[in-house]
Amino acid sequence: MSDPIVEDGRPRAHHDLGGVPRFLCEEIDTEPHVLTDFDREVDALRQLLSSKGLMSVDELRRGIEEIPEETYLRLSYYQKWMRSITATLIRKGVFTADEIAARLVAP
Amino acid sequence: MTLKAGALVRIKDEWPEALGPVHCRTPHYVRGKAGTVVRHLGDFPDPGDIAFAREPALRRLYHVAIPLDRLWPEEPQGELVIEIYDHWLERGA
Amino acid sequence: MSVLEADSEMLYAAVSGLLAERGLVTKAEILERMAVTDAASPALGAAMVARAWTDPAYADLLVADGTAAAEEVGVMMRGLPPLGVLRNEALLHNLVVCTLCSCYPRAVLGYPPFWFKSPAYRARTVRDPRGVLADWGTVIGEDVRIRVVDSTADYRWMVLPMRPAGTQGWSQERLASIIRASDMIGVTVPTAETVREPT
Repeated sequence: MSDPIVEDGRPRAHHDLGGVPRFLCEEIDTEPHVLTDFDREVDALRQLLSSKGLMSVDELRRGIEEIPEETYLRLSYYQKWMRSITATLIRKGVFTADEIAARLVAP
Repeated sequence: MTLKAGALVRIKDEWPEALGPVHCRTPHYVRGKAGTVVRHLGDFPDPGDIAFAREPALRRLYHVAIPLDRLWPEEPQGELVIEIYDHWLERGA
Repeated sequence: MSVLEADSEMLYAAVSGLLAERGLVTKAEILERMAVTDAASPALGAAMVARAWTDPAYADLLVADGTAAAEEVGVMMRGLPPLGVLRNEALLHNLVVCTLCSCYPRAVLGYPPFWFKSPAYRARTVRDPRGVLADWGTVIGEDVRIRVVDSTADYRWMVLPMRPAGTQGWSQERLASIIRASDMIGVTVPTAETVREPT
């Protein structure tokens, strides 16, 4: 969880969207959106991490909730998953932040 | 003890987000609200524990019904039915 | 570069590469899992609904134990969240949302659609359900009670729509062809004229 939003003295977590006024006048995009290869790869990876006991779906959600609000709203669904998966596996010691950083500059 | 269908309950008006990092499955908009038990859905390990890699407590999970006009100032018609773990419920409305 | 700012596809390449090198998750496993996941589609849920429309005993099982009803038509439910089924009635219309994330009955409907994951759907459905239905052009009679189900925990929920008029004598296969994912979430209702979009 990143810092909660305080409304009427109550700290709402930013992913906790039920009834939130900011979105009440926003029209829903009901059109179908085709998933990309990236989306499907991340989805499959998440399932495998779970079935292998490396990371639970609740840890995935915790990691998504830790993304700051503006980034949370800007990123696509699976882009958020990818950040949560990375942060969770670093926290659990599967690999280090340095190992990831090294591959981000020289893939 | 398992709550029966029709039991009057109140969802606790608690805000654990204020105390530090949590993973909480009780949405903000139902906290402090009175509702009615629809049924016991089963017992499940607490996701708030699993998310932090703690040994999970086993929680009773209930479907709870709340009229929408109890939740929002514009008093919409209809009802909400929502999954709530027992440690978020108090007996009586 | 921080994880938050990183390019998503580079992040995927970095993570999947490290996992593969350590023998934790291989590329072949990912491809296999993608194929399995792609195979789940609204056609599965539609087949269950169509059977329920023609087989009252199956309809009762579907409502009482969605997991068992899914297994009965060959859906692998072991290790997956239990499936709950919400039956629409003449004076009751069900609508499913997950306000906290995007919990969706993937075992029987496949990947969640874009709209189901959108902040607008997640925010508005519990507060203005009839307004949300209007975004699909769906109108539910004023005398019909709307029940919004916020999928917050361990179950996954799907709606059993009512069988539309004008479908007497139809085969299960033909009935299934008019049932869309949006009908089984409750933002639309099937009619004898609807056509399910290919997924």
